Parts: sequence; C-alpha cells; structure tokens
Amino acid sequence: MTEVSMTVNGRPVRADVPDNTLLADFLRENLELTGTHVGCDTAQCGACVVHVNGRAVKSCNIFALECEGAEVATIEGEAAPDGTLSAIQQAFQDHHGLQCGFCTPGMVMSAKALLAENPEPTEAEIRAYLKGNICRCTGYHNIVRAIMAASGQDVSNIAAE
Amino acid sequence: MPADGGIGASTRRREDVRFLTGQGRYTDDINIHNQAHVFFLRSDMAHGRINGIDISAAEKMPGVLKVFTAADFAEVGGIPCGWQVTDRFGEPMQEPKHPVLAEGFVRHVGEPIAAVVADTLQQARDAAEAIEVDIEALPAVVDMAAALEDGAQKVHEDLKSNLCYDWGFVEENRDAVDEAIRKAPHVTTLELVNQRLVANPVEPRVAIGVHDRADDEYTLYTTSQNPHVIRLLMGAFVLGIPEHKLRVVSPDVGGGFGTKIFHYQEEAFCTFAAKVVNRPVKWRASRSEAFMSDAQGRDHVTKIELALDEEGHFLAIRTSTLANMGAYLSTFAPSVPTWLHGTLMAGNYRTPLIYVNVRAVFTNTVPVDAYRGAGRPEATFQLERVIDKAARELGIDPVEIRRRNFITEFPYETPVALTYDTGDYHATMDKLMELADRDGFEARAAESKKRGRLRGFGVNCYIEACGIAPSNLVGQLGARAGLYESATVRVNATGSVTVMTGSHSHGQGHETAFPQVIASMIGIDPSQVEIVHGDTARVPMGMGTYGSRSLAVGGSAMVRAAEKVIDKARKIAAHLLEASAEDIELKEGRFTVKGTDKSVAWGDVTLAAYVPHNYPLEDLEPGLEETAFYDPANFTYPAGAYACEVEVDPETGKVTVERFAAVDDFGTIVNPMIVDGQVHGGLGQGIGQALLEGCVYDDEGQLLTASYMDYAMPRADDLPFYSVDHSCATPCTHNPLGVKGCGEAGCIGSPPTIVNAVVDALQRAGHDVTHIDMPLTPSRVWAAMQG
Repeated sequence: MTEVSMTVNGRPVRADVPDNTLLADFLRENLELTGTHVGCDTAQCGACVVHVNGRAVKSCNIFALECEGAEVATIEGEAAPDGTLSAIQQAFQDHHGLQCGFCTPGMVMSAKALLAENPEPTEAEIRAYLKGNICRCTGYHNIVRAIMAASGQDVSNIAAE
Repeated sequence: MPADGGIGASTRRREDVRFLTGQGRYTDDINIHNQAHVFFLRSDMAHGRINGIDISAAEKMPGVLKVFTAADFAEVGGIPCGWQVTDRFGEPMQEPKHPVLAEGFVRHVGEPIAAVVADTLQQARDAAEAIEVDIEALPAVVDMAAALEDGAQKVHEDLKSNLCYDWGFVEENRDAVDEAIRKAPHVTTLELVNQRLVANPVEPRVAIGVHDRADDEYTLYTTSQNPHVIRLLMGAFVLGIPEHKLRVVSPDVGGGFGTKIFHYQEEAFCTFAAKVVNRPVKWRASRSEAFMSDAQGRDHVTKIELALDEEGHFLAIRTSTLANMGAYLSTFAPSVPTWLHGTLMAGNYRTPLIYVNVRAVFTNTVPVDAYRGAGRPEATFQLERVIDKAARELGIDPVEIRRRNFITEFPYETPVALTYDTGDYHATMDKLMELADRDGFEARAAESKKRGRLRGFGVNCYIEACGIAPSNLVGQLGARAGLYESATVRVNATGSVTVMTGSHSHGQGHETAFPQVIASMIGIDPSQVEIVHGDTARVPMGMGTYGSRSLAVGGSAMVRAAEKVIDKARKIAAHLLEASAEDIELKEGRFTVKGTDKSVAWGDVTLAAYVPHNYPLEDLEPGLEETAFYDPANFTYPAGAYACEVEVDPETGKVTVERFAAVDDFGTIVNPMIVDGQVHGGLGQGIGQALLEGCVYDDEGQLLTASYMDYAMPRADDLPFYSVDHSCATPCTHNPLGVKGCGEAGCIGSPPTIVNAVVDALQRAGHDVTHIDMPLTPSRVWAAMQG
C-alpha cells in the first residue's frame, strides 16, 4: 500500500492504495465516483476517459500513483454545482447523443478535450478525434452532431451527404 | 410537434440527465456491504476431457472463501433452453445439458471450469492461478460442414451427432418448390456466409448475488434485458428457488442488443454461491471474458436459389442453411435460425412458393443466440443479395425488379406462415429514391472517377416481424415462455401516475417515451408520469425487452391498463358531476359532461378515489390502480427501403460509405427523435457487420478475436451521417397505438445495401464480381478485384 493524494473535481483526496491500483478503480472504488466506466480493459473503448492536468486520459491505463499531485476532472465535475448541465452535456441531451449512457461520460470528457484544442472542429476532425471512444448504440450520428452544436455550429439540416 | 409533449413529440430524454452527469446506476456501480468477489477459471482449450481438478493449493491462498467446481453443483440443474424446435421428421431437437461449471468436459474456449470466491478480486484471481486442471485435449469441432460428416468428432459424447435439428419449413411445400425451380426459366443461385458477430454492448455483464439467511431470500442484481425471465429460468430450472424468495434487479443497463436476454451461468453461480459463503458475491466480466462468454450472433452458411420468369417475377425460393449453435444451447438459440428466420423469407415480395431448410450444428465455440435482428438480418441478407444478383443476370434495374414483385394488397398471407397487416412498399421506395437522390448518382460517380475512386449504388428492402406473438401460437412453435407484456398504472392521490412496466430500457428511452403516451391519453403533463422497470419486486411479471417489442407489446399493456384506469375515473367523475358515465369525456386533463360546461379536473377525481367521502362506494372500490397483461394478436411488420453509395479505392480495396438513406415504415411514432436514434444505431451495427466485424476461431477452436484490439468495432470515422425518414407510415392494425417497432430495422436492412453497392461499384468498373462475403475488408475487396 502506498499513499496517494490528488485533486479530483477541485476536492483534495488522499488514500492508501495497492501500487497496482488503476486510476479508474481508484475513482470508482475509493472515491465512489462511478460515473467513470470501464468497458474494455485495453484502452480501446474510452468509457473511462477523464482529464489529468487538463489532458484526456484513459483512466483504465494509468496507475493512481502516477497521478500523485495531479488535478483530475471526471464527469461528476462537469455540470455546475447547482446541477446546470455544461454546454457539451446540454448538447448531448438536445441532440440525442446518448442512448444507454454507458460510453457517455467518456464521450463527454473526450469532446471537452477536443473543443479545448479545437473550438470549431469539422465533422471529419470530430470523427477522427473520437477514434478512441466506442459507442455501440448511436451509430455516432448524433454524437458528432452534438459536438458540432456544442461548438456553436448549425446542425439543424445535417444528414448524409 | 405536439406542444403538450404527448405522442409525436421529440421530447428530450429525462434519463439523459443522470447519464450525462455520472449518476447512472449500472450494476457494477452497486456494491453490497461485505461483498466477496468471484473469478472464473475458464478453459483456454476448445475441447477436452477433464481428468482432474486440484484446488488444494488455491483453497489455502489468502482471502479465499471457497473454490467451487462442478461437484458443488451436483444438486443444481443445468442452464435451461427456452425454445424447443421440432425437426422436419417430427422429432425434438437434441438438447445437451449446459452445466453451471464444466462437468467432465470443456467444450469451448471460455467455458468456466472452476470459480474462486475471495475477499478481493485480486485474491480470487491469484488463487485461480493456483488451481491445477488436468485436461486431455480432444479434437475441436469448428467447421459446421465437417461437424456433420459421418464419424466426425462429437461435441457431446452423449448425443447421437453434432446435428441439433434438421428443420424444414414449410415441409409440405418441399416438393412443389423443387418442381418450380426445376421448371423455371431462370434460377439465380448464391452461396454466402453471414459471419459470426459479437454484440458487444460497451457495458460488460455483471452479476451480484445476495442471500439473506434470516429470511432465506435471494436477490440477484444483473445486467439483464428481462429480469423476470431470469428469475423464472434460474429459480425454477437451475437453483430451485421459489419466485417469492427471489428478487432480480436490472438497474441501468449499458446496452443489450440481445446478448443480455439470456440466462447465464455467472448469474446462477453468484446467487448460489452467496448462500454457500454467506456473503454477497460479485462478478464483473472483463472484455475478454465477454468475448468468451456472451452469447454470440449470426454464423449462418447459406445456399439460396431464386426462380424467376423471363420478366423477373419471382416463382419460388429454396434456401438451405447451416446454423451454428456453438457448444451449448443458449436460452433462445434454437428459435433464431428457424422461426425468426424462415418466416421472413418472403420479404416484401409475392413469391408463391418458399422452402427453407436449416440444419443447426453443435461446434466447440461460444454459444450463439439472438443478436439485434436475430434471424431477420440473415433472412434479409440472403434474399436481398440473391434478388440483386438476379436483377443483374436478367438485366433488370434492381429497383424495378423489386417493384415488380412487391406485395401491394393487405392483409397478405405469405407462404411462410405470416400475415402482414399493413404496408405500402411502393410509397416507401418512392420516398427512398427522392431521399437518396438516385438521379444524381451518375454525376457523383463521375466525380468519384476523377479522383480515382469506384462509386457504386446499392438498394434493397427489408421487412421484419416484431413483438413475436401470440403466446398460444409461439407455444405451439416450441417457445417455453409466454410473450405477453404487463403494466400496472398506479394513479396517485394527487393525480400523478406511476407506471410499472415489464418492458426494460437499456438505452431505448422508455422513461421518456412511455409517459408521452399516458400524457396524451389523460391530458396531463408527461412530467406527471413516472416509469418503473427492471425490478421483479416492483413490477408485475413481464417478459422484458427484445425483438423491438417494448412499445408494441409493453406500450399496449400500458395503454390497456390506462384505459381501465380512465374508465373507472370516468365513473367517479360521473358521480361527482351527477351525470351518467356515458356522457363524460376526458380531454386535456378534465372530465366534462358532453355539451355542457360542467367539468371536474383529473386531480379532483383521483383525490376522490383515495379520499372517498363523496364517492359511489356501493358501486366502486376506492383507489385508482389497474394492471393489464397484453398478448398481441399478431406480429407487427415494420418495413423499409434502404440505399447507399460507397466508394472503393481500387489501389487498396478500402470501402467508404459516402451516403446512406433509410426510409422506414414504423407505423405510429411516439418520439421521432428516439426513433431516429434507434435507426442510426442499427445502421451503425449493420454497416459494422458489412465492412468491419467478424468473430474468428482458428482450426483448433481458439478464439482469435477476444478484445477490442482484434474485433473491429465500428468507430466514429468508419461511419457517415445518415438520412432517415419515416413519413411513409401505415399504422399497425391490431395494437391500440398502431406502433410497429423500430429497434432492429437499421441492423436488418443495411448489410445487403452495402454489399449490393460494393458489387455495383466493382461491376461498373468492369470487374466480374457477383458476391463478396462480409466483412468487406480491404483485403477481401482487393482480392475480388484481382479475380
């Protein structure tokens, strides 16, 4: 067991964990932040994406101990304290960018990282950026629309072209 | 869009708020005080005889509570199969025992041999490493045709052969079909593979078993599409737990697509073990475990022959399929290649004679069962591919040959036992041609050519049968379950409504769409309606969600219960208004005496039901709560027409989908936004099958695709935007809402569209290619182009 401390969604946290504890398990088991999901164990599905020091990271592929002293942001910190959804979250709801909801936290965190890098991404840029996030429900159509909408683009007439 | 948020409104989903904020409650998010963890030691060999299992070292490992083997399950039943198919000679299918833990033999990679329950998952996993299993390898049966040869190695020593059943449908038509094909002016033949797929909901399966020793009561939390079915199968057939002592809870479930319908060994194990170790027992599948233990889908090898006259009118269809069952019969496996496949072979067309033969085969592979579409994609794929091939052989336009054979009068009785109630296939095709802009194709093809790409246009139709029913018919066909649905509509004293439905939502948005229906019926705001599902302790016995049945069957049950509630409320209102119940109408949340301005609000009536001071107690019981069980009179028949344009890179064989248009007739639509989303998701999976996905075993039965690194899941940059339309609606004639079901359509209709388009692209470029088996990977397409 080794002590680890970090800031998660602005709150300082500290725990003794086995050295091989993954960040995803630390968040889910130690902090009971179960919004971060584990869908594949091999860094493919992206349901576990969180931000570590502002970068999107697959939390199933990083040890908690590697995040010593880091600023970690998870889906639980995305809405305003009064519950108001962020622009990205609201766009996902408005454009039906989720169905079962399991991949959604990772999608939202990846989308947030994308828009921080590229405030008005094209369809192709969004699709390329989401390569590391698998959704089995939506066929991605409405996820891409939601992210375009969250960046202020008009998506009212999007269909196959 | 209706302003009231009722039927027809694209209401935003209320469940999204919890999913978007990390507050969803999936099974893995549940931890029970003092829970232990189980790790399953699974076979790494496809077929072998277990000579011995030594657990002595594992038992002494830190934290280990107990190591289980088949010996611990001697008094426990096997995992039951829920559908018995009768073969074409009148004999029941061969049905092997499916043990919770392997008994004497291992029969597929991933079959659980032993299970360690320990304080932590790490301890359980470490102890499993210390189990010594002596397995003598036996030859693996992988190829279906080889499995049926005389003298082939048997998957089950105690069965006669590897043939589960040899099914003929309709057996009486066999000779007539043979003769029609023999005499036909033209016969088009196609041999094809509908490859094995893995459903792969992103949430892996999880089970938590809990036993309360004080009351001898069990609770199972599980990632299921149908908790009551699990309670019935596991309680009655496996563990012998009476239903009133067993609660099954399926909370938020992260996608199902069929593979979470079935009862699995891990559920029975956790429930059983919780009592033995006297602690809750939790299991979560890793993704690789999911690949080795979730029932897989499709895996048909088919030869289809289509007989036509000189003008392209269909005369007869004969089709012969080998269907892979895997090593054991999963819950509904036998029904998929038979009743969910053979009955769909008429498609949207008038074909007077059809004969379907299916031989189901045991192999040393993971069991196969229903995956989104379940039998209907397999039927649609072969039919729409052979029609396309026939059109090319006869020089008839692929749209025209379909139009020439469309069913145009309804109800229509097919030669494969279905009666289609409604549809308008010409209108659907007209709309498709407009949406897909077929007239603009040649210009786009020319533009593609300039860039060195080969462009092709693919088109096809589909029909599906949803809401499989009625129960007495499916019982005759071998179902060991009823296929009704239940709902309780509980009106609260102040007028809000709680609906307990037997349907289960794992992404379909029932919590939003079902209240829209109640809101329209009563005239209250949808926010006044709450949906409860997924818990056998809270909802009446229901059959769950699969086969696009929720709204057509579950929604109908809810409507029937709501009608009973409204009927009673009307009587209460009549009393309050001193009028006759026949003169009372309910509109916009008020009961009014027809032709007068006398009225009483919904909330006043509901309050009177629970505070019955001024109330006809001599005629009516207090309270306002009704239950209905709805058993449909027929299937529903959604149908549609799909078109796509692909580009093929002749240098690499890579296919990209440039345009995809889907026109579906789903009858009445409650929430168009949700319906669009269901179609998008189905298209994503269908295009995934056509271009990317495939579950692969080697000759030793080793599973080569056991992670997302090996199995090609469609990603955002593999798929296009889709154009979808459902304006050509012919409402279902036999359910109260006129709804048909939309969950599987996209996945059923789209694989042939893609393959038809790729063949078109190659033929337009002068390649003599008539078929390529899915997935159309660059290497397969490139190889086909080389001849």
